[in-house]
Amino acid sequence: MVHVSATPVLALRGVSKRFGAVQVLTDVELEVHAGEVVALVGDNGAGKSTLVKTIAGVHPIDDGVIEWEGRAVQINKPHDSQNLGVATVYQDLALCDNIDVVGNLYLGRELRKFGILDEVEMERRSRELLSTLSIRIPSVRIPIASLSGGQRQTVAIARSMLGEPKLVILDEPTAALGVEQTAQVLDLVERLRERGHAVILISHNMADVKAVADKVAVLRLGRNNGVFDVKTTSQEEIISAITGATDNAVTRRAARNAEVSK
Amino acid sequence: MTTDETTNTVDKSSTSLDKGTDPVDAPPVGNPDAAEGAATVVDPRLLIREQGFAGYLTEFKRKISGGDLGSIPVIIGLAIIAIVFQSLNSEFLSAKNISDIAVTMVATGMMAVGIIFVLLLGEIDLSVGSVSGVSGALVAVLSVTQGMNEWLAIVVAIVSGAVMGAIHGFFFARIGAPAFAVTLAGLLFWLGFMLQLLGDSGTINLDGEGVVGQLTTYYFTDVAAAYGLAAIAVVGYFAAAFVDTRRREAAGVPSRPIADIAVRTAVLAVFAFAAAYMFNQYRGLPLALVLFLIVLVGTDFLLRRTAYGRKIFALGGSVEASRRAGINVTAIRISVFSIAGTFAAIGGLFWASKIAAANQGSGTGDLLMNVIAAAVIGGTSLFGGRGRTWNALLGVMVIVSIQYGLSLEGIATPIQYMVTGAVLLATVVIDSVTRKTQKTAGRA
Repeated sequence: MVHVSATPVLALRGVSKRFGAVQVLTDVELEVHAGEVVALVGDNGAGKSTLVKTIAGVHPIDDGVIEWEGRAVQINKPHDSQNLGVATVYQDLALCDNIDVVGNLYLGRELRKFGILDEVEMERRSRELLSTLSIRIPSVRIPIASLSGGQRQTVAIARSMLGEPKLVILDEPTAALGVEQTAQVLDLVERLRERGHAVILISHNMADVKAVADKVAVLRLGRNNGVFDVKTTSQEEIISAITGATDNAVTRRAARNAEVSK
Repeated sequence: MTTDETTNTVDKSSTSLDKGTDPVDAPPVGNPDAAEGAATVVDPRLLIREQGFAGYLTEFKRKISGGDLGSIPVIIGLAIIAIVFQSLNSEFLSAKNISDIAVTMVATGMMAVGIIFVLLLGEIDLSVGSVSGVSGALVAVLSVTQGMNEWLAIVVAIVSGAVMGAIHGFFFARIGAPAFAVTLAGLLFWLGFMLQLLGDSGTINLDGEGVVGQLTTYYFTDVAAAYGLAAIAVVGYFAAAFVDTRRREAAGVPSRPIADIAVRTAVLAVFAFAAAYMFNQYRGLPLALVLFLIVLVGTDFLLRRTAYGRKIFALGGSVEASRRAGINVTAIRISVFSIAGTFAAIGGLFWASKIAAANQGSGTGDLLMNVIAAAVIGGTSLFGGRGRTWNALLGVMVIVSIQYGLSLEGIATPIQYMVTGAVLLATVVIDSVTRKTQKTAGRA
């Protein structure tokens, strides 16, 4: 079902980041392939958000290499990241309540015809985009204020899709949502994968992670604490990696089995 | 209140009707993806608007019950003002009085257009009165005292207004000082600057036959002018709406039904030709009103049809979202304050023209309050992100009509202030109540 290409879209090699006296990220490795959903999990303060911000260009990295489709790149500004094809949807969605869905989707990159907004074309493309993503909202001409939290989240994700990004980063997309709305957003994540986008999903919710992710990368205190395949890993193992309780019966047996198989 | 309740029930019934179209009885399909695709063709929650007049009516009722009153309170208010003052004094709706109101309102109205730009950002500009005074004084000093070409003096005054506004914008957007405090400082500073310009005499009379003088005294006496403008407005509105609908139909997006356009055009035609008839009964079409309408059409186009206008609305909605969308927040803010200063200067020219002089009282007193009140009464939200420049026309009509109506009755200024204050309060109350209704109806 999932076609994973050989070269990762994005690869972080030994990325480190300091803020003053705090070493936030230490030698972090991460790989994301096209058509793959990688969940980035970790406890509060594990460095998830910082890691995402280094990819998005908000914080430049101190050490290490960021590889984009196999070649090393410099990401120093949000602009660099966007030019590469990274779209980031932050936790606070940053939509304008008073502007309608079409206006928000095209905010900052309005389609123009002789310098005048081409509302008709924007509306047509918005409807097309929303229907390919199977996003259901009552109308593309109602202000964002009229939409539910889940609908706003889907609009924010749809907005990130307009630039045809190769990598979509979703920061806690389901944190504030109800059951049905969470389901909608998770459906949307799957659709992104089906369309061949690479997705990094930050989440605290193990059920969500198990539902849509292919791989789980665990961060703990700014370091990698294992990358797990979702299908073959139990929720307990992931949680123990997050909390640092890795030294338990399961891990010891796993380690022993690995030694035996060698 | 009763109408509200009935429209509510209409709303509910229409919702349940739409729910009936939900394809619940779709047979279970082997391919879940395809089934999902089919279900998303029509969102069952979508309130589909019927084509034709019935659909227009239900949509209208739904908007009202949702608290989306738009300009309705102001129009009702204007009707009440007209009825009350007409019953007190039959002179109120005379051609002369209406023509005078139309000319007088332009000065305040121009400034209100400028302040609407600032209000759309969710900010306030308290300096517009003083800036308008400086503009009038500049023209008077340059053209009368210094003997400069009057056109050149006008350009200097308007550019100065833009610069003064940009200075406020710089301190607000770049330095980060609150707009309220910056423009309050501007109010005092520019007032002093104007008094300094006018010098000891305090009053400089303008040539009534000059360019500035004619701004409010020139009338297109030819009957064809007023009717012609009305016809151009009606035809232009219809053509624009019709072309837009055709384009939407061609692109397959929802469009406004022709019947809807026809009704709107008809209403516009009635008002436009009635106004034209009234003007022709007196001295003809006032130049000041023509200029005001040109400004309104131009600024409305700028706000609603250009990327620049969209950015202003975006900033009024969410600064953070605008910043992330790559909008240059500082530049937009400075430019908006500059626009407010420009229109304050233009308003100052009309004010100087109306009193045929630049004096120490220009731009002071209740002018600033009237400007802000006009914008708010017209329906511009004080919280930013909602409003149109056409609000300036409606709001200023209310304020100037009350002033003229009361002075026809010989009622003194104190009462005028109190009545205008009460009207402003009523408007803000209506704004707040409708905002609440809109919140509960999920439209704010």
